[in-house]
Amino acid sequence: MRQITPIFKREFLGYFRSPVAYVFLIAFLVISVSLAFSRYGGFFRAGVAGLESYFTFFPWLFMFIVPAVGMRLWSEEKRSGTVELLFTLPITTLEAVLGKFLAGWAFLALAVLLSFPMALTVGYLGDPDWGIIATTYLGAVLMAGAYLGVCALTSALTKNQVISFVLSLGACAILLFLGFSSFTETLEGALPMVVADALSNFSFITHFDAFTKGIVDPKDVIFFLSLMGFTLFLNVVALER
Amino acid sequence: MIEVKGLVKTYGAKRAVDGVTFTVKRGDILGFLGPNGAGKSTTMKMITGFLRPDAGTATVDGIDVTVDPVRVKQKLGYLPESAPAYPEMTVGEFLGFIAEVRGFRGAAKTAQVDRAIQLTHLAPVRKQTIETLSKGFKQRVGFAQALLHDPAALILDEPTDGLDPNQKNEVRALIKNMSAEKAVILSTHILEEVDAICNRVIIISRGQVVADETPAQLRARQPGARLDEIFRSLTHGDI
Repeated sequence: MRQITPIFKREFLGYFRSPVAYVFLIAFLVISVSLAFSRYGGFFRAGVAGLESYFTFFPWLFMFIVPAVGMRLWSEEKRSGTVELLFTLPITTLEAVLGKFLAGWAFLALAVLLSFPMALTVGYLGDPDWGIIATTYLGAVLMAGAYLGVCALTSALTKNQVISFVLSLGACAILLFLGFSSFTETLEGALPMVVADALSNFSFITHFDAFTKGIVDPKDVIFFLSLMGFTLFLNVVALER
Repeated sequence: MIEVKGLVKTYGAKRAVDGVTFTVKRGDILGFLGPNGAGKSTTMKMITGFLRPDAGTATVDGIDVTVDPVRVKQKLGYLPESAPAYPEMTVGEFLGFIAEVRGFRGAAKTAQVDRAIQLTHLAPVRKQTIETLSKGFKQRVGFAQALLHDPAALILDEPTDGLDPNQKNEVRALIKNMSAEKAVILSTHILEEVDAICNRVIIISRGQVVADETPAQLRARQPGARLDEIFRSLTHGDI
């Protein structure tokens, strides 16, 4: 497991060796903040010293931006042939998968944490509940990891980044929409009630919502962590195939 | 040093490698010849543990690659075809990464990177990103990467492909200089290369070994004929 560090380091710094990281971070922060300030977010109109109007868009935003980070994880290595280099170095597939995943996750966590001026702003304007803000950040980082697990897996399935992006987007969209009653009602029409019920438990929104209310339910934490574990396991299988 | 026994790899209905068997000793430079698509690269990828063989085994220093791939990879230096590397990294960063993955830290890492850069004459481009390098330099970066940990066995997939005559000469000299204490397999379809540096030749055609001998024995098959004529008569079924 010692070899995870160099893999992680290379991948994480790799984001900053090209303009990708800067374009991504700026775009993410501009979009997320302007959504909060827009009339749909109502950051000021709500008159509440909290970040709920900021984080409410995160499940939606992640649906687009996490595939943008995840699509290159394996597709790029396969396209350029460096995957052959990587897997003839003395590392196991699991080490490579974990190193790359953790690097992508750290990068996403950095993007989320760079929104700290928003927290400072509500601290300046009012007297927010810092506990809720902390749990919301925790929830956002966990959710980013779960999204990224899905995207890393789809990336391992193809050497074409566009296909990888579209597949990830589709998979993330399904995981997101499972939380909406109109979507689950359609499912209930087509599938037995038990199955539809079980599926709706996989929604990102329901699990993320609790965090934004200041609740850290082990059930939600385990949901995100186990989704990461499962997708990473499939990732190893897909690469060893 | 390297022992290959009955390797088989099938892609769909096509048997890319069909029972390839040979051994390479320390001090050998084995030229691996064959037409395009004959199974050279696939065989090498199985020895290096990148592909899993459908049947057969390859052992390096007595370790079976299908049983303990990580230990085999520690002993091998491998230059894949077209020398892939991370284009956004500089030469120094890239070799530093390889050194770290190979377990060198701190001063040992610097020493190994310096040695590899010196051997392959990469000092002038050390701080340049790999994407800005010419083909010859890229190939040398691939070489440096394969040599970095001073492996006992080297596997080189078309190391001189796409290089100009001067660069080819330089690469050949490099391989020859190192060969005394190493086992080297190099694939090529340049027949003159075999004469220039190899002390053994294997010709592979349609996934099978059709000749395994010294360059002199290969010549003696058809006295007076050119190497490419002998090559053609051995591999004529493979188009």
